[in-house]
Amino acid sequence: MSVGATKIPVVVTEVVEVNSLIKRFRFVREDGGEMPGFSGGAHTVVEMDDGGTRRLNAYSLMSDPAERSGYEISVRRDDTGRGGSLFMHRHVKPGMRMLISPPVNLFGLDLRAKKHLLIAGGIGITPFIAQMAQLNALGARFELHYAARDRELGAYMTELSARYGDRVHRYYDVEGQAIDLPALLRGQPLGTHLYVCGPKGMIAWVLGTAGGMGWPKGALHSEEFLAPPVGQPFTAELAVSGITISVGAAQSLLEAIEAAGVEAPYLCRGGACGQCETRVLAAEGELLHHDHWLTDEQKAACGHIMPCVSRFKGARLVIER
Amino acid sequence: MQTQFDTTMRSRPRYGVLEPRPGLAHLIVADGEGGEAVLALFAQAPELLETARVIYMPGANGTDMTAELEAVKPAQFSRVPSYAAGRQRIVKVLGDAHMGLQVYVTGTEGLMGQVQRDAMEAGLPHDAVQTEHRGSLVRRVQCVHCKGITEHVRTDPFQCGHCGLNLFVRDHYSRRLAAFQGVCVDAEDPGEVPPAVERFK
Repeated sequence: MSVGATKIPVVVTEVVEVNSLIKRFRFVREDGGEMPGFSGGAHTVVEMDDGGTRRLNAYSLMSDPAERSGYEISVRRDDTGRGGSLFMHRHVKPGMRMLISPPVNLFGLDLRAKKHLLIAGGIGITPFIAQMAQLNALGARFELHYAARDRELGAYMTELSARYGDRVHRYYDVEGQAIDLPALLRGQPLGTHLYVCGPKGMIAWVLGTAGGMGWPKGALHSEEFLAPPVGQPFTAELAVSGITISVGAAQSLLEAIEAAGVEAPYLCRGGACGQCETRVLAAEGELLHHDHWLTDEQKAACGHIMPCVSRFKGARLVIER
Repeated sequence: MQTQFDTTMRSRPRYGVLEPRPGLAHLIVADGEGGEAVLALFAQAPELLETARVIYMPGANGTDMTAELEAVKPAQFSRVPSYAAGRQRIVKVLGDAHMGLQVYVTGTEGLMGQVQRDAMEAGLPHDAVQTEHRGSLVRRVQCVHCKGITEHVRTDPFQCGHCGLNLFVRDHYSRRLAAFQGVCVDAEDPGEVPPAVERFK
């Protein structure tokens, strides 16, 4: 863990099957104390010991930020992923002890907004559940547009509609419903901020449409955690530590650094926060950038890499770690 | 002519060059020589004229480009005698607007700062407002002692128009107040006031 924060020892107190793909987990502190305060949009990094492999996955906190007795997350099972969500679904049971990170918010609300327009796709609903609790308590104006494949997979839709009434708009792909984005964006009063969380294509569509209609960048917010992509194995020299490590096909460079016993900074582990940014000292080959932290110019310059999601293909890579 | 500024402290505003951006509506506010930048914007993107609302006021130095601006026929044109007189109209346009409105302001720093403040109060991020400096460099300064604001400050130091203290004009700028900061220059040795220099023309 970076930024000097220590992990929080927690006990799993609830595991609820929300639907065929999503489970909800509740964590309370082992010592019975209060959880650190957080703001809507924050995430925690859950540490898993998967048969000797250490997995660290970031999940948005979905519980009410005003409620400090525990944290809740929802995990969508990804059968083709690297295994973190499968571990959560198969092995995490009530009573189990785990370590989680203090909350970090990379998707906070801008409370100067006159109105908050929230757009969610699928499991991207989770940060909004916490944000809406916060906005509701503040008496702030908001509206949720939530698209899911079908009624069964639209997690929490019924509860959210019951709680927030006509501020919640639901769309089901299989029923041919889609958000009429241009019309929705055209009708927003000046001072509206837009937040989008969901699949990559949806985020690009929403941000692209809004930008094309003249929405300023400062009013657009998005969050997408990337899973480290699987790729070809490669080796990397860590110049400061003076060692050479090999990175497995299903392992990220960051995980390989950690497995070698080298402390490296990180926060989100999903290419979003910038914490793990590392200087590249030599690269004979191609840096495979997967993050959305570095600018296109920085990526082209090959001077930096985000080891949490980015990889390398070539003869020799030396990084400052 | 666009204005070149020395880079001093970080809070000192920097201005760009107006460029046409996609938008559902376009609010353009200008004073004095800012009219030239508005004409340049329309020359670059004549299609803006169809949805442009221009609010123009003559400069404090008397520059009045009303005739030139009216001649290009923006969708709506209003001439107001001063920012103070036009503010209600600007705030009303912002209040009725939807996201997708582009705001362009050009002319003196005092005007740009105040329209930027109005836009921020209407909920727009401060950097969503495009600015281009034209014309006079006179400053709008707030006295940190009495909080009174003096417009069109030309010299440094100057005498506060409200409490009469001799104020040193800093580059420290407040977006919220849309004003530079003026601090008493002779607090330690009352009466020892450096000669006033015309720094802002």
